[in-house]
Amino acid sequence: MTSPITPVLTANWGTDRSWTLDAYTAQGGYQALATALTKTPDEVVAAVKDSGLRGRGGAGFPTGMKWGFLPPYDDNDPQSRYLVVNADESEPGTCKDIPLMMASPHTLVEGVIISSYAIRAKQAFIYVRGEVLHVIRRLRAAVAEAYAAGHLGPDSPAGVDLIVHAGAGAYICGEETALLDSLEGRRGQPRLRPPFPAVAGLYARPTVINNVESIASVPAIIGKGADWFAGLGTEKSKGFVIYSLSGHVTRPGQYEAPLGITLRELLDLAGGVRHGHQLKFWTPGGSSTPLLTDAHLDVPLDYEGVGAAGSMLGTRALQIFDETTCVVRAVLRWSEFYKHESCGKCTPCREGTWWLVQVLTRLEAGNGSEADLDQLLDQCENIAGRSFCALGDGATSPVVSSVQLFREEYLAHLEHGGCPFDAAASTAWAPRRQSQEVHA
Amino acid sequence: MTINATTYAELQEIAARYPQERSGLLPMLHLVQSTEGRVTADGINACAEILGLTAAEVSGVATFYTMYKRKPVGEHHVGVCTNTLCAVMGGDQIFAELKEHLQVGNDETTTDGKVTLEHVECNAACDYAPVVMVNWEFFDNQTPESAKQLVDDLRAGKTVTASRGAKICSWREAERVLAGFDDGRADEGPSAGEASLAGLRTLDGDQ
Amino acid sequence: MSDLVKKDKVTLTIDGKPVTVPAGTLVIRAAEQVGVQVPRFCDHPLLAPVGACRQCLVEVPDGGNGRPIPKPQASCTLTCAEGMVVETQVTNAVAEKAQRGVMELLLINHPLDCPVCDKGGECPLQNQAMSNGQGESRFAAQEGVKRTFEKPIPISPQILLDRERCIVCQRCTRFAAEIPGDPGIALIQRGASQQIGTATDAPFDSYFSGNIVQICPVGALTSADYRFRARPFDLVSSPSIAEHDSCGAAIRVDHRRGKVVRRLAGNDPEVNEEWISDKDRYAFRYQRPAARLTHPLVRDAESGELRAASWPEAFTVAARGLAAAKAASGVGVLTGGRVTGEDAYAYSKFARVALGTNDIDFRARPHSAEEAAFLASTVALASDVSYADLDRARVVLLLGLEPEDEAGTLFLRLRKAVAAGLEVVSVAPFASRGLRKLNGRLVPAAPGEEAIAIAALEVDKDTIVLVGERLATSPGALSAAAALAARSGARLAWVPRRAGDRGAVETGCLPNLLPGGRPVEEPAARIDIGEAWGITHLPATDGRDGAAILAAAASGELGGLVIGGVDLDDLADPAAARAAIEAAGFVVSLELTETDVTRAADVVFPVAPTTEKAGMFVTWEGRPRTFAKIFDVPGSLADLRVLAGIADEMGTTLGFSTTDGARAEMEQVGPWDGARPAAPTVAPAHARKVLKTKLALATWKQLVGHGSLLEDADVLLETQRPAVARINAETHEMLRGSSEVTLTGDRGQVTLPVEVTDLPEGVVWVPANAWPGGVLATLSGPGGSVSVKGVQR
Repeated sequence: MTSPITPVLTANWGTDRSWTLDAYTAQGGYQALATALTKTPDEVVAAVKDSGLRGRGGAGFPTGMKWGFLPPYDDNDPQSRYLVVNADESEPGTCKDIPLMMASPHTLVEGVIISSYAIRAKQAFIYVRGEVLHVIRRLRAAVAEAYAAGHLGPDSPAGVDLIVHAGAGAYICGEETALLDSLEGRRGQPRLRPPFPAVAGLYARPTVINNVESIASVPAIIGKGADWFAGLGTEKSKGFVIYSLSGHVTRPGQYEAPLGITLRELLDLAGGVRHGHQLKFWTPGGSSTPLLTDAHLDVPLDYEGVGAAGSMLGTRALQIFDETTCVVRAVLRWSEFYKHESCGKCTPCREGTWWLVQVLTRLEAGNGSEADLDQLLDQCENIAGRSFCALGDGATSPVVSSVQLFREEYLAHLEHGGCPFDAAASTAWAPRRQSQEVHA
Repeated sequence: MTINATTYAELQEIAARYPQERSGLLPMLHLVQSTEGRVTADGINACAEILGLTAAEVSGVATFYTMYKRKPVGEHHVGVCTNTLCAVMGGDQIFAELKEHLQVGNDETTTDGKVTLEHVECNAACDYAPVVMVNWEFFDNQTPESAKQLVDDLRAGKTVTASRGAKICSWREAERVLAGFDDGRADEGPSAGEASLAGLRTLDGDQ
Repeated sequence: MSDLVKKDKVTLTIDGKPVTVPAGTLVIRAAEQVGVQVPRFCDHPLLAPVGACRQCLVEVPDGGNGRPIPKPQASCTLTCAEGMVVETQVTNAVAEKAQRGVMELLLINHPLDCPVCDKGGECPLQNQAMSNGQGESRFAAQEGVKRTFEKPIPISPQILLDRERCIVCQRCTRFAAEIPGDPGIALIQRGASQQIGTATDAPFDSYFSGNIVQICPVGALTSADYRFRARPFDLVSSPSIAEHDSCGAAIRVDHRRGKVVRRLAGNDPEVNEEWISDKDRYAFRYQRPAARLTHPLVRDAESGELRAASWPEAFTVAARGLAAAKAASGVGVLTGGRVTGEDAYAYSKFARVALGTNDIDFRARPHSAEEAAFLASTVALASDVSYADLDRARVVLLLGLEPEDEAGTLFLRLRKAVAAGLEVVSVAPFASRGLRKLNGRLVPAAPGEEAIAIAALEVDKDTIVLVGERLATSPGALSAAAALAARSGARLAWVPRRAGDRGAVETGCLPNLLPGGRPVEEPAARIDIGEAWGITHLPATDGRDGAAILAAAASGELGGLVIGGVDLDDLADPAAARAAIEAAGFVVSLELTETDVTRAADVVFPVAPTTEKAGMFVTWEGRPRTFAKIFDVPGSLADLRVLAGIADEMGTTLGFSTTDGARAEMEQVGPWDGARPAAPTVAPAHARKVLKTKLALATWKQLVGHGSLLEDADVLLETQRPAVARINAETHEMLRGSSEVTLTGDRGQVTLPVEVTDLPEGVVWVPANAWPGGVLATLSGPGGSVSVKGVQR
């Protein structure tokens, strides 16, 4: 059987000094840029549209279509539009963009130049979360090399300037309009839409915001052709993506494969759930996507497949939890995260996450009653779809899905007067087979 | 202590990098931390003055982001990920044992001023769980023992190198890099850790 | 292309009722038009939408494109679309549940301190919770732990913040940033810890701070002034007009048992919208200080002391004394700038009819003959510019006018117009904070050199020229302003500082004008007025102006003075004014409280403050703003009633003794329809000689500062901007970087901290009213210069 692994973005990660221009160029780097520059900007946009590339940051919106929302270019206003790369990777479980920028920052830089050329932006930004010092060093070094090599700068063929901007610790800045406010030196709170960023984004100018992986995919699309890209993946979810496996899995890590692969296949590649244990629940795309279980091992991991299973593909952050894990503890911890990261702007998210944490803390300690579970679902109904942005929705996903899937386990806490699990059994250093069975 | 002339000029330099100066505020506050050890009222006032904002507006920004500290930070900032996945994989135990070992609570600094301990949210290294960050550099696949050794080494002033990154500088030096002042150390460390290469390895027949 | 042109009206359906609204209307407001009040907290019609509280969620089964919007929408941020179908809590269970859910979440952390909360009884959150909140708290039933904060913290001397009560709707921060441009409060922290805050040691500093208390939809913001003083349901509210400037802001006076407890902004979209300055809001206790005069006083012939007198006796004594002074040498009248239009008319008529003189002047401040001519030629009867015109103008040119300090409502209206594209240009010594907030461009001019700067300006007919009272101290400046408007076609308006000034111009409280803008020296005008008043003789030549009246009183040329509401420290030469009053043979004073004038007077009449009489102020636009009497206090008489009493005793008559009577007569007299006098053509002063140690003194009064109407407004005075001396970098260097300077003028000296400011060479600026007595009494005369010395610490 041929491996389903299709290294494109990850292909050079194992190369010696892969982050340098020399290493990147030696592997054919910046040839896609040269190709792109032989086309008109509109042809590049068309290629990205034809490839079927959809946003890799979670929402899956077609990238080429997003570019197409920009107003027509005005020759008299050359500084009028911006490309902003969302490198704020913070969704729990998501860990693909950081290693990409660490190992091969030039892939992203090349993608930025091509994409900026396509949308006719003369200024681009990479907004990278601040808590990844070495990644920022590597990105800045790559940008400096690209300037020195004449790929960047006002006098370069594409005429693009690129600033690597470090954030300062706020999950919400992954939301694109909050990111823009943050990049403008404000509190990272989401903006009202309309106006949409394509019309009035950074500095109230037309702006495209794309995820790292989306932009990093552009050189391959241009280099190898939209048809090649569209030939990978499934009918509506085209191309390859990075799947990130973490948690109770034998070989956690980054697995680049065409869209539509299943968790069963990925687990096979990764050596399965850690030895002696069984899959209990998992997130398909970070903590904001409803939990799935071993019933979903054969769900095609593309936008449509996961959606049909009642969750979302999200960032393909596959956090694997085995039977030693207490789902109540897991969900409480995520709720604490959302409470901590709620920007505070709107009532449902700000107050709702405050309350959810209190209810879940009580339940985890074995206090409360079964009625609290129904109330918990009602609370979530008052948050999801009522808050200003999707953070509130995300906060309710693990709560609602866990109550639906593991109601008995919540009740077990009430019966047991606390958590019936041994936290030590879940740790990476737990002795094998010391795990405790609860679903006996 | 007020912001000195060199720092003030560097703050202005940061603001000037952007099409609109206010965009420089986040890196400027990183620079304030690197020279003042935290975001001080003087630092806020300097940023406000340079950007034509009120101190209240700058305070609003400075208090929004968790990397900005209003209390003095030790020489090193040690962050233990206790988001769900790392917590389950042992981050909770690491954090508990470090608190005990260092005799500090969350967001507190050891009496020798060497280490400030904090639990942090997901740092995008889940495939290396449990993860500890030192001055925002990755220390992968930690155990309580390795983490205690790590902080002991930091307190003893030994050279410590990140799993995927450079030799550890101080928190203030790290903040200076975040402010956009290069320290020339991008070439230290590996391209990637093992987990990052896990997919590639399946093609090596390395299974 | 025609189908791409946006329709200016859209029709949608809300709760089954069709409604047609202008394109761009928000659903929450369209709903009001079909009688549906969608509950809301963060929404405010004068602030940009934010969609933060989520209380106003509605369902949208059809977004106007045939498709439903999947989630409930905040109606405060949703723009109406053609064919849209909206269902509110009235008809839609999902919307109703969403709103209940938000209400529950707003209340989980809200303290149960309504019984001790100032907002209780007028609290939108309380009202909403009472009308459709839940009786039982699920949060409390689960032993939920509320967020706690230290109870109220001051964010300024005037405003306190109770963060537990705050629902972070951002009305206050949006107001501060959007309306006055004072973002000294901001959201700080985040998530559940998010709160309103200031920077360390930087209190919220805004002349308009009280508005945030008024628009706070909970009791999070309270004022030191009103805190714990009353329950709203114990108060009676009366509409009125603010008396602190010439803007005519609508206010609401809340009172209880004959005492004003607080003042709020009224809602007048044509004037102040829903905002007022802190002075309009908090400076009202002067109306009822302990020192308020309660009965007439007459000077005892034997003891020489003032003693209480009955009204009839006081009228008699005053009439006799004035008649004697008139017969001997004449009587001058100084009215002050706080008089109502009707009172001003009474003073004007009293001077002419009872005293037979044109020696009358309302200008209780430095003034000039050029100004009198300018007021006659260019201001009287003019109503060329209104607030709404500011929105339509291309450029507004400010000449010797600081709107933020001198005309708060005008400042806010200018801010609004600037946001919509207006350009502001100011001829002033430096770019003030107010000008910076207007994004204005400075045309620098040293004091006294405004005329030269104005003459060099190029403007067009889409410009509005706004002239401040301080131009009167700059020779040639008003002439230059009038000439600029004449040659460009720009419209011009005069913006005085005081509420009564414009009415006093219209009613003829000037030596060269009779009521209705009639020139004294115009025979036809005198005939007009003589006919109206039923008299045959009116003095035919211009009278003395204020300064000349005082000089004549001092020299004995004038035997008597009638003085109504003048603070001597406002005058060009306070010491000389005091001496003149001492020297005057017979002085009648009409006043609220004991002052230097009453102490020197021969007869003192207490007069009513604005709360105790009806009246009218005429705004800088020329817009009459009438207000009714709030308190009926026996023995509290309007100036006009006092003057009528004296006139009667003098054997003549004013012809009216009530405000209504005065107003009826004013209408009957009407405006002058003859030619306007020519504008003054005073040549600019010669350019001054710039000296290094003797600096030209620039100054004006700041909004909050010492003055008679801030008596007992102690908290308000604490919000006064710190007094500084502004010097330019060159002067600062010459003074070796001193952080303080001592300024010495012909009337005294003052030591102030330095603020280095971009000023013309050889100029220093200080606030005119930052300390008791102010600049004119204690530092230097108008147009003066001061020597400067650095203070070494």
